[in-house]
Amino acid sequence: MADKKKNWPLWEVFVRSKNGLEHRHFGSLHAADEDMALENARDVYTRRKEGVSIWVVESKHIKASNPDENGEMFEPAEDKVYRHPTFYDLPDEVKHM
Amino acid sequence: MNKENLIKYILGIADNSLILGQRLGELTGHGPSLEVDIALTNISLDLFGQVRSYFQYAAQISEEEKTEDDFAFLRTEREYVNVLLVEQTNKDFAYVIGRQFLFDHFHFLLLNELQKSKDETLVAIAKKSLKEVSYHKRFSSDWVKRLGDGTEESKQKMQTAINDLWRFTEELFETTEADQEAIEAGIGVNVTALKDTYLANVSEVLTEATLEKPELQFFQSGGKKGIHSEQMGYLLSDMQFMQRTYPGMKW
Repeated sequence: MADKKKNWPLWEVFVRSKNGLEHRHFGSLHAADEDMALENARDVYTRRKEGVSIWVVESKHIKASNPDENGEMFEPAEDKVYRHPTFYDLPDEVKHM
Repeated sequence: MNKENLIKYILGIADNSLILGQRLGELTGHGPSLEVDIALTNISLDLFGQVRSYFQYAAQISEEEKTEDDFAFLRTEREYVNVLLVEQTNKDFAYVIGRQFLFDHFHFLLLNELQKSKDETLVAIAKKSLKEVSYHKRFSSDWVKRLGDGTEESKQKMQTAINDLWRFTEELFETTEADQEAIEAGIGVNVTALKDTYLANVSEVLTEATLEKPELQFFQSGGKKGIHSEQMGYLLSDMQFMQRTYPGMKW
């Protein structure tokens, strides 16, 4: 088995770069537990002042969509441009939309 | 206090960070994992940043034409006054963590007191550095607990490192002549008075790490007087190589 070296589990790192902004996915790293994951995230991803808040979550807890199902998942949206607000012409009377 | 002794006092603080920073720098690309590698070299860079502030200040008060590089790279071994603890080699990860842990707890208490100095520049450096060192202390203490309270092997390695490095802890609390003059002038920190708090804080972490606090009767010192261990010469030849080979070279 390739995992014989007992690697630490993988964690996903989310960083809020400024107050008021949302946390965004920054990358991933290895750590033995959540405390170490947080410290590692601090050292790996915020050493150049990138953030004011960090979330970490173990990667195995993320349910990802299956690329093989991209057809049924995402393609139906392709021909539905009317779902964008920019599709509609607004009457001039409506200001500031 | 006179300028020469003030510079000596500043070097007594700065050299510890310089030499420990150099030791940690040796680990660049050699850390046990990418994450820990970056964490350790971050600490190294924090320390070098602090050192630059101290050396720039020393250069500014010096009556000779000196720059921060002169202090960092162009002294002889006997002129470096760091404690023996920080020059100890990166024997294994437990030694790296043990050395860091034993130093960070001291460094934190020192900077905390230095904030009350009558010297405004030192106060400013202490305030800025304290946040960095608080994190160093957290990092190294967490690792001591992890390794101590980890597997049988990690526990044994961590205990060995603490046992070996313990003999250098007493020197942290010794005062030099420059220290004493700085204390009298209200500029310097009386490190001897920090010892009880240090031992209490360190013991608390060791207990949590299920490690034993070593009971030693014999301690080693000399670094503060410029008398270093053998490995110091190798460290300096590495660190000074560029400035010695290309004098005055700048980035």
